Amino acid sequence: MSTLEIKDLHVTVETEQGTKEILRGVTLTIESGQTHAIMGPNGSGKSTLAYSIAGHPKYTVTSGTVTLDGEDVLAMSVDERARAGVFLAMQYPVEVPGVTVSNFLRTAKTAVSGEAPKLRTWVKDVKDAMGNLRMDPAFAERNVNEGFSGGEKKRHEILQMELLRPKFAVLDETDSGLDVDALRIVSEGVNRAKESTGSGVLLITHYTRILRYIRPDFVHVFVDGRIAEQGGPELAERLEAEGYDRFLPATTEA
Amino acid sequence: MPLLTPQRPTEGAHTHSAATMVPDQSRAERTASFEVDAFPVPHGREEEWRFTPVDRLGTFFRDEATGECLTWEENLPEGVTVSTLPVADWQALGVPAPQDRAAAVAAAHSGGVALVDVPAEAELTEPVRLRLTGGEQGLVHGHVTVRVGRFAKATVLLEHDGTADYSEVLTVLAGDGSDVTLVSVQEWDDASRHLGQHDVVVGRDARVRHIAVTLGGGVVRLNTNATYAGPGGSFEGLGVYFADAGQHLEHRLFVDHEAPHCRSNVEYKGALQGETARTVWVGDVLIRAAAEGTDTYELNRNLLLTDGARADSVPNLEIETGEIEGAGHASATGRFDDEQLFYLMARGIPEDEARRLVVRGFFASVVGRIGVPEVQERLMEAIERELAGGAA
Repeated sequence: MSTLEIKDLHVTVETEQGTKEILRGVTLTIESGQTHAIMGPNGSGKSTLAYSIAGHPKYTVTSGTVTLDGEDVLAMSVDERARAGVFLAMQYPVEVPGVTVSNFLRTAKTAVSGEAPKLRTWVKDVKDAMGNLRMDPAFAERNVNEGFSGGEKKRHEILQMELLRPKFAVLDETDSGLDVDALRIVSEGVNRAKESTGSGVLLITHYTRILRYIRPDFVHVFVDGRIAEQGGPELAERLEAEGYDRFLPATTEA
Repeated sequence: MPLLTPQRPTEGAHTHSAATMVPDQSRAERTASFEVDAFPVPHGREEEWRFTPVDRLGTFFRDEATGECLTWEENLPEGVTVSTLPVADWQALGVPAPQDRAAAVAAAHSGGVALVDVPAEAELTEPVRLRLTGGEQGLVHGHVTVRVGRFAKATVLLEHDGTADYSEVLTVLAGDGSDVTLVSVQEWDDASRHLGQHDVVVGRDARVRHIAVTLGGGVVRLNTNATYAGPGGSFEGLGVYFADAGQHLEHRLFVDHEAPHCRSNVEYKGALQGETARTVWVGDVLIRAAAEGTDTYELNRNLLLTDGARADSVPNLEIETGEIEGAGHASATGRFDDEQLFYLMARGIPEDEARRLVVRGFFASVVGRIGVPEVQERLMEAIERELAGGAA
């Protein structure tokens, strides 16, 4: 049983107009096995939360804490966070020319587990996981994200979640850009990974449709850098019917 | 038409002076001559010298013999011979002429040409290995010719190491229908300086691959020129370089398409690491009016691993006929990509290992094309060593 605890997190980013505060005090606790959906309009800071947890250098934490079972996540480097069990499925996965998917997965698995995976079981694990995500085996010999379609990139992210078995997975708009079939396949992958590892999931999304496939335990509505409302799955249904308008008073900063 | 047709524009028709610098109208106008006097001592503002630290190279332009030699080790597969050829006899082979003063001096004062002969129709299963080692002697004029007979297949591995001032003329004469791979590896010590002119003459329907691997040396400048003795020939020019602080590594290519239906493809990739690391790549391609059906492409990529390094990349394409298959070039120089680093580290991969993965990946395409496994393995190991050295 693990706990990821975010307390009063404030995060800024440098822009051409100077320092801008994006997160204005986010507090959120996720336990193993729970799924929390974070929903909100564009520009509300959802992705900033994801990148801040993973440790992207572009974002500066000005106050607040993030702890994993009491350990200070913010004091860890990006790779240390991943090895501690935090996984970020990115909205825009990065191309790494000349590095094959198979080499990348093995290197990452070795880093996360602290030892090289046993060859025979590893090859089978990769093959099975790719099969489950309806990925062509030839995929393994392609370069990481190079020339991948939008759907292929997202499947590749979830493939990593299944193989790296994190304690907590942050899925940053994994549903964006997916057609219905791909959305279903990717969602099944998330559910499978969650079931086999008991991961806690922080599901960041703009739309409610992914929540038909991945059932959230909690829904948080993100507006202007903080959580404006929270509730159970019924809140998502209400958002689907009403949209975000009631959370967007005329005074909201652009 | 003779079998080997060197480009020898009329001597004296085109001269440079510091007062009236007129740019060449065409790459074809560049002087080529066996006479040292055809080339004034460069001052560094000439088009072909403007990137080079000529002030550090004075001895290379002195019109006199030095009598010095590198230590020469050879490992020859059966049937391959090495002999010494008088310079006059070498010229009589119809070889391309020197194209700058250093090459003209080296050709004139080498004292003889080391001629490596691969007989016609020989199919070598092992590479010809030549290792040239410097021992801190004075300036060495080196003169090597590799002659591969018709329909023969050969790989020649030419390695340079030690400490030397080395001025080189290397000629590769690839017979009709031959398949030749020449790998020139520069693993000199940091104090070394090396100027080389490599001429590749591609026979009719021959396939020649010239591969430059430059990792060591204070100043290394290789001019590689490809010409075609008949139609149907193919030239591949591949290069990998890695410059650290204080190194100047320069590669210039000139592919002169005069025969019809020939192909050329050039791919050079370099990494730079350290404040004063410096690389230059110039790729000239000329498609003459007669060269119908030409297919050519050249590519240069540079990866700046640290601030303060400088990479110059200059592709030039001159086309005198529209009847070609294809002609293109691409050049890009970029910084190390922090987003790639973040992506890999977010999967638990430590920073130094992530950097290694990215750099290995950067070189993978060109290294994979080398096709000589021992060279590929040694090269990737050398790149790892370079990266490890830079982390300190």
